[in-house]
Amino acid sequence: MSRSRRIVLVVALLVLGAVGLAKAQPQSGIVRPTQEPSTATLQLGAQLYAGNCATCHGIAGEGVASPRPGAGGVLGAGPPLRGVGARAADLYLRRGYMPLSSIHDQPLTNRVLFSEKEIQSLTTYVASLGGGPAIPNPQPGQGDISEGVHLFTAHCAGCHQIVAQGGFVTGAEAPPLHSVTATEIAESVRIGPYLMPRFSTKQITDAQLNSIVAYVLSTRHPANRGGWSIGNIGPVSEGIIAWLIGIAALVAVCVILGERLRS
Amino acid sequence: MRIWRWLVALATLLLGRRARRRAQAEQEQRIVPEGRPERRAETVVLVLLGIAALFAIGFIVTYAEFSPTGIPNELLGICLGMALAFIAAALAVVAKRLVVSEELEHDYPEEHPEEQEEIAELVRESGSRITRKRLLLGAGAAAGGALGVAALTPALSLGPLWYTDPLDTSPWRRGTALVDENGRPYAAQDVEQDTFYTAFPQGADPEDIGSPVVLARVDPSQLRLPASRAGWAPLGIVAYSKICTHAGCAVALYRKPTFKPLEPRPAFVCPCHYSTFDPAAGGTVIYGPAGRPLPQLPLMIDGLGSLRAAGNFSDRVGPSWGAVREGGPK
Repeated sequence: MSRSRRIVLVVALLVLGAVGLAKAQPQSGIVRPTQEPSTATLQLGAQLYAGNCATCHGIAGEGVASPRPGAGGVLGAGPPLRGVGARAADLYLRRGYMPLSSIHDQPLTNRVLFSEKEIQSLTTYVASLGGGPAIPNPQPGQGDISEGVHLFTAHCAGCHQIVAQGGFVTGAEAPPLHSVTATEIAESVRIGPYLMPRFSTKQITDAQLNSIVAYVLSTRHPANRGGWSIGNIGPVSEGIIAWLIGIAALVAVCVILGERLRS
Repeated sequence: MRIWRWLVALATLLLGRRARRRAQAEQEQRIVPEGRPERRAETVVLVLLGIAALFAIGFIVTYAEFSPTGIPNELLGICLGMALAFIAAALAVVAKRLVVSEELEHDYPEEHPEEQEEIAELVRESGSRITRKRLLLGAGAAAGGALGVAALTPALSLGPLWYTDPLDTSPWRRGTALVDENGRPYAAQDVEQDTFYTAFPQGADPEDIGSPVVLARVDPSQLRLPASRAGWAPLGIVAYSKICTHAGCAVALYRKPTFKPLEPRPAFVCPCHYSTFDPAAGGTVIYGPAGRPLPQLPLMIDGLGSLRAAGNFSDRVGPSWGAVREGGPK
């Protein structure tokens, strides 16, 4: 076999392999209209919605209550989107929560598959389905961090841990909050995505929400007194120090008790 | 006079025994030369073991004094740690000062029974410089025994032998208003679905184990309360003790489905061991190590629309113990 033939064979095998891999993958790609750049915002949103969201959320955002096969044989079911407004669409799309690869999965932070323009179009379209709240605009600068830590402890830390490192609740993961933007925090508190409770303005006022956001943002740059903070996960760092001192003490006791072997 | 006689007899006996033992020891051919008696080291060991026993007793006393609630963990930890530390110190002194250590530079004697016997004798003789063996053994037994009893003491909390009255009393009575942490009463219409609240009895100590309750509103059509609790949840508003029935942590987590067909039902979750309780079904355990439901507080709405207790809890509040199901809250 000549050298050029061998290269052709290798290339052919690679191409075949790539096609096979693409077929084996579940359908998770984004369906895009052909004339995307020139389409008006609302119209682009409607087209993207029809191609990527309607299987689970219904043709016009009416929701799909029980799982049924949709485009490409993928099982679809999801809550109605009428009235959830731009607020929910913005959060779910910007965190990469949607599209979900399986309806049984928890929406978790993921690679964002839509472009900025597509997100704005979809958000506008979802808002057009039935009104609903707008994207909030929190002002962490007006918040008070000490009030924030108090409120965060009372309402959030049970699941998200006191310095927002995340945790678990039975049936779901409470995500860590270190990459979440101020707007997304405000959206999540009001929406209560997945199993998270929803907090209304009666429970947490907008001013208090500013403080919570200020506190969550501050947890990313904690005031460390020096040394190794070990992720500010609490008494573990103190425990490690005790452990190191403890080991030194144990070695000292061994040296006192033991005798050097005379040889 | 009689005591004096007893003492003389005891002294004679002890001295006689020691003389006899010394005579015995001299008859045998020793390999290891007898070590010089170290009476001071022995005294130190006795004192150390005595202190260890005192700390172990201190543990028991602390436990008994403060049980069942409010036991200062620091005191218990110090007592236990010090008892162990002093026993360790005593053993260190024994090893360094009281046991004769000698080395025999032979190859390992495999087929030489005589040499094996010599090694056995060596081991026997290495303790021979101790003069007050029984006293030391007694002190060791006292320290070890006290420590053993201290380790067993907490088992008493499993039964009703101990004083558990504070766990039985509850500050809730019919008509007690539910207030938030700032003392503001909860209006029934302010309690919304898909979220949860913490409430306290008006005018009572919020730190009391029976005080805090978790409050949530469930869809009245989803309520599955026992028949005996009909009317306990006006407008679907339910209240349960916030203290987990497993280990007494604060039930600080609430979950609610965003999309009911696919996501788990609403539940209170304890962050310590993930005991999960169903608010719609009288606080029954749906997951986790808790052995009994969260005690439910019956609710009513007064003329001004505020939430009030309609009676006391359905069960005793707090972590469970052996006799927790006998009797109810007072």
